[in-house]
Amino acid sequence: MTMIAFSQTDNQPIIELQGVTKVYGTGQAAMHALRGVDLRIDQGEFVAMMGPSGSGKSTCMNILGCLDTPTAGAYKFKGIEVEKLTRNQRTRLRRFYLGFVFQGYNLLNRTSALENVELPLIYRGAPAHERRAHAFQALETVGLKGWESHTPGELSGGQQQRVAIARAIVTEPAVLFADEPTGNLDTARSREIMDLLIGLNRDQGVTIVMVTHEQHMAAYAKRIVRFLDGLVESDEPNGRKA
Amino acid sequence: MLWNTILLALRDIRRNVMRSVLTILGIVIGVAAVITMVTIGGGATVQVTQQIASMGSNLLMVSPGKRLGPGQSTGDIPFKQADAEAIARDISSVAAVAPVSSQSIKAIFGNQNWSTQVTGSDNQYFRVTNRSIKSGRQFSDSELRSGAAVCIVGETVLKKLFGGQEAMGEKIRLQKLSCEVIGLMEAKGQSTMGTDQDDIVVIPLCTYQRRIAGNQDVGFIQISVQGGVATEKVQQDIERLLRERRHLSPSDDDNFNVMDMKEIIKMLTGTTQLLTALLSAVAAVSLLVGGIGIMNIMLVSVTERTREIGVRLAIGALESEVLMQFLVEAVVLSSFGGLIGIVLALAASVWLAEILHVPFVFNAGIVLIAFLFAAVVGVIFGYFPALKAARLDPIEALRHE
Repeated sequence: MTMIAFSQTDNQPIIELQGVTKVYGTGQAAMHALRGVDLRIDQGEFVAMMGPSGSGKSTCMNILGCLDTPTAGAYKFKGIEVEKLTRNQRTRLRRFYLGFVFQGYNLLNRTSALENVELPLIYRGAPAHERRAHAFQALETVGLKGWESHTPGELSGGQQQRVAIARAIVTEPAVLFADEPTGNLDTARSREIMDLLIGLNRDQGVTIVMVTHEQHMAAYAKRIVRFLDGLVESDEPNGRKA
Repeated sequence: MLWNTILLALRDIRRNVMRSVLTILGIVIGVAAVITMVTIGGGATVQVTQQIASMGSNLLMVSPGKRLGPGQSTGDIPFKQADAEAIARDISSVAAVAPVSSQSIKAIFGNQNWSTQVTGSDNQYFRVTNRSIKSGRQFSDSELRSGAAVCIVGETVLKKLFGGQEAMGEKIRLQKLSCEVIGLMEAKGQSTMGTDQDDIVVIPLCTYQRRIAGNQDVGFIQISVQGGVATEKVQQDIERLLRERRHLSPSDDDNFNVMDMKEIIKMLTGTTQLLTALLSAVAAVSLLVGGIGIMNIMLVSVTERTREIGVRLAIGALESEVLMQFLVEAVVLSSFGGLIGIVLALAASVWLAEILHVPFVFNAGIVLIAFLFAAVVGVIFGYFPALKAARLDPIEALRHE
């Protein structure tokens, strides 16, 4: 297993984008999702990425999460030039440093909450007893103690998203990416999820990057980055909350 | 790492019980059908071969007419007893010659009746057909010469008419002929052609000609050749002799037919083998259908699987790990299905062999072929949809609709 050598110093940003573009398709049908984005995120931040549909916020997050690759530009994660990594090296980056929460939860069906949360640890090669202990711990953190053996079909939307968050944090990632994590939930459930994320950021120092198009969800973040037409429109600390 | 992959594969099998069961079922049916068909077919072929061996390969049959079969024209010049005597006298290396006439007649004893094959011949008949007298005796010379009303019966006739009671000395009625049972033949079972060889009553040829047929004709002549002598040579000698006796000029075709029983049996073996091949083809189709069933199940679940693969890739599974998981899953399901299929097929074969009275012949080759085919089908259809999905960018796989 090839490990990735970091050249990190204390004040180095965890994420740094320079002139990143993303083009889908070619020629006449080409769609410019990102037109040159510069972005810097430091350890321990809670960043909300906002913008209307098609503004490029999700594309940007997918690139940050190494789920997608930029067409041009430089992306440094903890000082590593991500675009020079192979596909498998990017997978290992996700495995060891990144966590994901999706709008649609994306849990495995007919699989218990515990096994869903265990999954990333299996790919890490963690021994069974350690895996179980961590998974129980993560489910407790998200407030699902006692629901370990339930399958997604037996859980509410809010509970499913908590399982997804537990799965994302069980590996203690450096950065947690959340793509519209409350998009399918009602206001009360949304607030619970956001409180959970704030707690993770505050108490465990997890860097969080969240995509949302709802102002009152973005209000929970410490910093709001607004996208428009594939460019960063504004990038400022969240005055109301911080 | 491998253990983890196996763990993931087994979890996947468990959570997709329906899909797993259907996959296994497809393979089970295909494998079981092929193995059963081929095993039973093989047993039938072996049975025919065994019968050939028991019959001996030194039998010739001479019949009037150009050829044996349904195209036989009427008005062929029939044989006489003198023809059989001439063959016995003039052809060397002939072991026994039996003139035979027979027809199906209802035999009656008391209030029982049974339609059986009544055969007129002499004691040579028992030598030619390799049959022995179990109890009682053969015909005496005087009985043969005078056309006495005596008969030797087979096992089936004994059962049907006498119900296992003592038959010796009793009189059975064949049309207007009432004849005394003087002997019982050793049971011989079914012939290669599927007829019951014990369903027979033998009477002296002379008796048959006078009291049953009402003429002096002989239906056909059965000849057994001495061991170690080529039947082809004897066949030619008999043809030459009969052409002479029937005054055929060199330009005339034979109006009789000397047939080597070996040829008939070869033909029958060929038929059995053809039938086996046919059944195997049908079974192979069922294996193929099973494979297509597996393919359908896998393709139907491809959307769900693609999204799942997206999730796995996103949370840190390598392409190779995802593929290995699906490969292990496919191999486990296919081999499991294959093994069940083999067990089922062997059980069914033993049972069918019992019912159909054919020997059970284990064919390791077909078991192996069927198993490998099932494994390959399962792996191909289980693995390749996953291969496509695992090569996608994780975000594309996640968005798969």
